[in-house]
Amino acid sequence: MSTRYFGAPIPRNEDRRLLSGQALFVDDVELPGLLHAAFLRSSIAHARIRRIDVTTARKRAGVVAIYTAADLGDYWRPGPLLVPPPPIAGLMFNQRTQVPLAKDKIRHVGEPLAIVLAENRYLAEDALADIEVEVEPLPAVVDLENALSESAARVHGDVAGNIAARAHQRKGDYAAAAAKADHVIRRRFRYDRGASNPIETRGIVASWDARAGHLTVWDTTQAPVFLRNGLAGMLGLSERQVRVIAPFVGGAFGPKIMLFYPEEVVLPWVAIKLNRPVKWIEDRLEHFFATTQERGQIHDAEMALTRDGKILGVKDTFLHDTGAYDPYGLTVPINSQCTLLGPYVVPNYESSFTAVFTNKPAVTPYRGAGRQHGVFVIERLLDIAARELGIDRAEIRRRNFIPPEAFPYNNEIIYQDFAPLEYDSGNYGPVLDKALDMLGYERFVTEEQRRLRAEGRHVGVGIVCYVEGTGIGPYEGAKIQVQANGKVSLVTGIGTQGQGHYTSFAQIVADRLGVDVRDVDVVTGDTDQFYWGAGTFASRGAVVAGNAVNAAATVVREKILRLAAEHFECAEEDLVLADGAVAIAGVPGKSIRLGELALKANPMRGAVRPGTEPGLEATQYFGPPRGATANGVHAMIVELDPDTFVLTINKYVVVHDCGTVINPLILAGQVHGGVAQGIGNAFYEQLVFDDQAQLLNASLADYLLPTALDVPRVELGHTVTPSPLNPLGIKGAGEAGAIPVGPLFAQAIEDALGLPAQGVELLEIPLSPNRLWELVMKGR
Amino acid sequence: MKPAPFRYIVAHSIEEALAAKAEHGEEGRFLAGGQSLVPAMNFRLVQPAVLIDLNPISELAGIERADGVLRIGAMTRYRALERDAIVWRDLPLITHALPEIAHPQIRNRGTIGGNLANADPASELPAIVRALGGRLRARSAISERTIKAADFFVGALTTALAADEMLSAIELPVLPARSGTAFLEMSRRRGDFALAGVAAVVTLDAEEICRNARLAYCGLGDRPIHATAAAQSLIGERLSEAAFAEAARLAQDAVDPQGSVHASKGYQRHLAGVLTRRALRTATERARHGH
Repeated sequence: MSTRYFGAPIPRNEDRRLLSGQALFVDDVELPGLLHAAFLRSSIAHARIRRIDVTTARKRAGVVAIYTAADLGDYWRPGPLLVPPPPIAGLMFNQRTQVPLAKDKIRHVGEPLAIVLAENRYLAEDALADIEVEVEPLPAVVDLENALSESAARVHGDVAGNIAARAHQRKGDYAAAAAKADHVIRRRFRYDRGASNPIETRGIVASWDARAGHLTVWDTTQAPVFLRNGLAGMLGLSERQVRVIAPFVGGAFGPKIMLFYPEEVVLPWVAIKLNRPVKWIEDRLEHFFATTQERGQIHDAEMALTRDGKILGVKDTFLHDTGAYDPYGLTVPINSQCTLLGPYVVPNYESSFTAVFTNKPAVTPYRGAGRQHGVFVIERLLDIAARELGIDRAEIRRRNFIPPEAFPYNNEIIYQDFAPLEYDSGNYGPVLDKALDMLGYERFVTEEQRRLRAEGRHVGVGIVCYVEGTGIGPYEGAKIQVQANGKVSLVTGIGTQGQGHYTSFAQIVADRLGVDVRDVDVVTGDTDQFYWGAGTFASRGAVVAGNAVNAAATVVREKILRLAAEHFECAEEDLVLADGAVAIAGVPGKSIRLGELALKANPMRGAVRPGTEPGLEATQYFGPPRGATANGVHAMIVELDPDTFVLTINKYVVVHDCGTVINPLILAGQVHGGVAQGIGNAFYEQLVFDDQAQLLNASLADYLLPTALDVPRVELGHTVTPSPLNPLGIKGAGEAGAIPVGPLFAQAIEDALGLPAQGVELLEIPLSPNRLWELVMKGR
Repeated sequence: MKPAPFRYIVAHSIEEALAAKAEHGEEGRFLAGGQSLVPAMNFRLVQPAVLIDLNPISELAGIERADGVLRIGAMTRYRALERDAIVWRDLPLITHALPEIAHPQIRNRGTIGGNLANADPASELPAIVRALGGRLRARSAISERTIKAADFFVGALTTALAADEMLSAIELPVLPARSGTAFLEMSRRRGDFALAGVAAVVTLDAEEICRNARLAYCGLGDRPIHATAAAQSLIGERLSEAAFAEAARLAQDAVDPQGSVHASKGYQRHLAGVLTRRALRTATERARHGH
């Protein structure tokens, strides 16, 4: 492959459309006769529904219809289980998935009770106030530990102790390892909830063409193909009668892979029933209740070590808050369980978790998807071990790294893709070295920190390592077609929400076919354009769809060469593809444009050789045997105001290995964005629920997303250890920025304030100035 | 997040606005910059039946100085205050504090009168007006009166204005020579409401003895709090770290933090002390050497 585009930091193809307002988002869809929906949502977390009376509301001018669960009839049913539990021996799982509109019982604040359809959203919202709801309130299940008690209320009446799942995984024999350890550390760790808050909230437009018997749905989903298939099934249609379009989406971060959200079930049904198109755009207030969330876990963990800091084993028991429902199976806690092992040799591991139902919005993956918790636990344990054993924080990590010759490295336990957790490739030492070098670690700890401390300044350093399981199956596909005008059409079923797919996929094609990267037109997420696929999640777009694109481009290249060789009556080896044409190397004038060749590949008259396929076109699929494991190191220097606990980041370094890089600019953007979300998660964002499971900060005034002023310049370094699991050697990078920021903050803040000397350890996320003050006060 | 239905009236003069307010009373709300009211309406937290838009009334905006008093029209935008040369010369406390208020886009639109009449206890301007000993002009269709800042703020989002009254202007006495001021606040992010904030005013005499002091706080009560005992403790003193610490201690007793999802009452009280010391240090420095 020539390398004109692949690997180059070229600007993004899609930015012109995005910046000039020409990109279509769901809310841009306007159709004749469009109705607007508003949902009546529960203001109480846990209750039995006695009565919902919409009589008055229906009479309001401009209201076209109002439906409750009773109106849905047989269409009302709990949503599908998206990810069945992996085959782990002894696993217990209680499937309780969300419902379209609450029927008998309300299980979290914001759960929809009724839908109002009106001529505009204002009128629809006005009518919400006219609906009468009578409920019998029940005690709210909020706290994870209390939820397990015999006397606790039950989120689902038939599930005792609110236990959604239990799973236990082990490798080796932790008890035996701990028995002969020099040192054992035990701590309790807490990680609280946050919300993804993409710039674009969720949105749906559904339109029914009664003449054609055809439904079109525009949806901010990350999984248009699954949505199409599911809708067809629920509505009794065949898949070809349903078209789902996930147009430009303004950020998704995981919660938009969830389906079926109640709104996704109800809107298409309404569009068919009323034979009118209908739109619902989630507003920011709704987003805090109606979109899934993540991150509540409590870990009781211990680590056994030798006196020179070698890990002998880890034992971890944790509670996972799955919220009111568990449609996404066990992906999040399994990720926590697996990612805890990190880049380290952990010979003996014992991990069990209990997933717990609470009266809070359901938990499904959000960027990192449980990996944060595992990384927090192991990194904090290593920090404590380093301190107690008198070993440098970087050194203790280095001593435990899986050595480069040990790959592929089998961690023996089962991962989220149901396959054994096996790291495909990695070389961790150089990543750490580079990060230390970029940070100036040696100089900082030996000179600068000492000097600044003498001046009374409170500066500290943090260094954390992590792995990221990426690029899991099952598969994606791509169809490539050379157009008569010489442009290349590339279509894939994977959705897109800002990752730069219009560019990185085009780069793969451009080099294969010798065309300008701007001449590759990418279409993603339209089920009528590409039928098959899984979706964009788990940092898999570049790995799985990227390799499918490569495979399709390779076949089209072969077709081009074969046809051009026939045309010029020359050998394929004599041909070069460049500048949108095929030419005979070294023979001036012997050249044909790709568009012209494409026309020749589709003759209007005459006979063709048997077996000939028309056009310069190919469709290919790619499915990896298992995920590719990326890794990285985050390091930073912070300064704290010891009186107010206001924090300033002086330097932030990320060194990352995600195998072969398609576009360094896009990769940098992914990492920067992830770091911003990680910083939010570590020090700003927290969903605060009271003892009635009421969310106390459901607005962007009180839910603190870090702003441009709170996110530092991120210095980025790369090493490249290609994945052997796919031809391009790619590993995913979508979540790398967000995963290890929690323990990084905890470690650096402890260091800056000298907290361990005061008997204070930071064992929870998120932190905040207020929380730091409380912990320091408690220590005094 | 769409507002409930409301009637919208454009007022072209103060008289028109006051007549509309007299007619609609509590049902009617004045629309100034709309930076607090409109979001509250979108959340349907407030549902006024009538909005009376003051924006076309040019006579309500403007800054002038007369007889040692700055008179600021209620519809004067934050941005105008922030950039005004007279304000910077005579009351630099305001110029120092304004960048802490929200973000430039909001300051382009928000007004001093709208802010004060909204009486958000976490907001900066009520504390500043309190620290400067401001007086607020209230007008109705039939009367006009002056309310001292100390009496204007009655509680959270509650003022002494009657249902038919409009806040028309704010009068702030210019500080004597050898006065220094400082505004400090702690917020989670730039532009957020303060978890705690303090406006400090210090006046020294030729012998460096403190002749007057005022300390007013935002975010630390259900209204702007003036720490009278703390301020009194400075008067007659030669200002030092010990005096600042004593004032900070007294200020911590004076404030009445309510706590929030961002800050416990204890942390807020702690911040009151930290910010008091720091603000007094700066204000004293400025009193000695000018702003």
